[in-house]
Amino acid sequence: MSENSAAEITAPIPAGVDTAELATYCLMLGDDALIYAQRLCEWVSNAPELEEELALANIALDLLGQARMLLSRAGHVEGKGKDEDVLAYQREARQFRNVTLAELSDELDFGRAIAALLVFSSWRLALLTKLLNSRDPAIAAVAAKGVKELTYHRDYAARWMLRLGDGTELSHQRAQAGLDAIWPYVEELFATHDVERRLAEVGVAVDPAQTRGEVDAVLAEVLPRATLHRPQAPAAQSTSGRDGVHTHGFGRLLAEMQSVAQQEPEATW
Amino acid sequence: MTPDIPPIERAERGNPAAETPLSPLNAGVGSGWGLFEVFVRGKRGLNHVHVGSLHAADAEMALHSARDLYTRRNEGVSIWVVPATAITASSPQEKDPFFAPSGDKIYRHPTFYAIPDNVPHL
Amino acid sequence: MVASGQARQATGLAGSERSELPEDQERRLSVAFEATIAGDSRIEPRDWMPKRYRATLIRQIAQHAHSEIIGMQPEGAWIRRAPTLRRKAILLAKVQDEAGHGLYLYAAAETLGVDRAELTEKLITGKQKYSSIFNYPTLSFADVGVIGWLVDGAAICNQIPLCRCSYGPYARAMIRICKEESFHQRQGYELLLAMMGGTEAQQAMVQDAVNRWWWPSLMMFGPPDAESPNTARSMAWRIKRHTNDELRQRFVDMTAPQAAALGVTLPDPQLRWNPDRQAHDYGTPNWAELTQLIAGADPHNTQRLPHRQAAHHNGTWVREAATAHAAKHPGSAP
Repeated sequence: MSENSAAEITAPIPAGVDTAELATYCLMLGDDALIYAQRLCEWVSNAPELEEELALANIALDLLGQARMLLSRAGHVEGKGKDEDVLAYQREARQFRNVTLAELSDELDFGRAIAALLVFSSWRLALLTKLLNSRDPAIAAVAAKGVKELTYHRDYAARWMLRLGDGTELSHQRAQAGLDAIWPYVEELFATHDVERRLAEVGVAVDPAQTRGEVDAVLAEVLPRATLHRPQAPAAQSTSGRDGVHTHGFGRLLAEMQSVAQQEPEATW
Repeated sequence: MTPDIPPIERAERGNPAAETPLSPLNAGVGSGWGLFEVFVRGKRGLNHVHVGSLHAADAEMALHSARDLYTRRNEGVSIWVVPATAITASSPQEKDPFFAPSGDKIYRHPTFYAIPDNVPHL
Repeated sequence: MVASGQARQATGLAGSERSELPEDQERRLSVAFEATIAGDSRIEPRDWMPKRYRATLIRQIAQHAHSEIIGMQPEGAWIRRAPTLRRKAILLAKVQDEAGHGLYLYAAAETLGVDRAELTEKLITGKQKYSSIFNYPTLSFADVGVIGWLVDGAAICNQIPLCRCSYGPYARAMIRICKEESFHQRQGYELLLAMMGGTEAQQAMVQDAVNRWWWPSLMMFGPPDAESPNTARSMAWRIKRHTNDELRQRFVDMTAPQAAALGVTLPDPQLRWNPDRQAHDYGTPNWAELTQLIAGADPHNTQRLPHRQAAHHNGTWVREAATAHAAKHPGSAP
């Protein structure tokens, strides 16, 4: 990480902000990126074409970079000496704060992968755009860099959504199926957690409910051109990834991710 | 002096009917993902330079793949992608009689040359 | 003369090389070709070249490209389990680079008149090879470091001289690749330094990985010179700039002190500095094992080709979608 980012990580906490809540919020944003990047890594050597290997790895690397900064900030703000790796590798499942969409496996179905990426990146772009003015210097720095990155991710997903939706009959079916499969997890993205509400009031966080308009706008532009329809499934029970409630698959993801680190607790890497 | 190649051979060379029949393994690259040549200007004040090629289904995809592959997503770098078939070449020093000295393609058409399986190990 | 040349060319079969030039023309072209090479200048795609030069290059470049792509698998297996976020990012970037290197090399091969799809098919059906070192499994995270140090180290030894190979597009691809590859080797060695400075279990893990990867790394340079009949021709054509044994010796001489600095033992009891030769003596690799691997045996069941084939097959509908979309929206398609 660059020297600049190190400076923002250790910058003083903005006045009037609860440090525990700030740490939690950084974990929310950081875990979204970390867990989603972890899922994207499943595509390495499995992508539909070599050019897509590069693109998907780029997206994963960008999100991993954001995760590292946010987790580092969370650890610093919490003040118990935890760094990004302690947070990534020593927490239990119920301590992770990512939304459910981030942890879903697409089972190497490119249609699902693109549908998830379109929604996730549009949503995260909207969040980061509003966080450019966050009073927390680290969050603002992540937003500044992240807005460019997420724009790229969203545009990549949109290009593929068009090609899959308006490609062959088979790709159309699979693109629609992908959209249908992830749709139950979209509503959760806009649910406001108490921590988010309070931190939004003090200018540090953003209320995710405010990102619905931008996400809808992207879908309204992309889906019709892709000859796809927005799924009509009723809003599923908002599962609370933000409260540490996760899917069964998340346990397996975490076990794999943390396996080497936990096997060698005193190790240096 | 290179012989003048009559038009019929030129047509044969570019004849899609002569293309390798598609097997499922061939689907994709080679069956619609055309070859694009990539030119990059690294910074202001420099020319665009040819850096290589890639395959894409259309120009927009080619542009973005070129950014990933040849610039590692360096922003501000100017990229041109050109279908290889759109390039007309003149290379009088290069002497393959397969090519007309001016106004010809940059590479041999891929279906013109079959890779023999029996070339021994290096 | 011109007419008969044309007649012979006109009867050539589509898909096969038309080689029937008038003798004196072919001789003139051959002289020009040899002179270009002797002058250490570059042969470019529109140059006349002997059939065998073209075929050898296609095979060599394709094998190199296939190796980069297959090589993503053994290392890619550890990205999700990387024990720190920094190591995860480094490994992901490295594997991504390997995909990029494969693409550069396929692009170079295509300048010789082949299509990437054809090369992919030859890889998947076993008609073209990749470096058999990638058939070995990666059994611990230490393997990631050792691959960076030894396997990439061996590749660099091979690749730096190829930056001056006689075929322009290949040489240029090698220059680009070499710039990126040195980062890979340094990161691998850095990981090993960290591990050797860590717990006893980590040190044992590193030594175990070295024991498994040392001999395969030596064998990456190919069979001994005495058993490489084509080396002389490739060197005359400057497709190869050094013999297998020369490069292997160079690699051993560079690596032995690195091993000492790391505190690992290379698993060769015959390895020792020979002051008369000013080089290291070393033992003989198990060539029989290499021959088996090249012939397609999969004793470790790493399934590299089935994995590649599955990815390619599962991606067919995606690639076809892009093609279909382009056809529906002309003006952007090539």
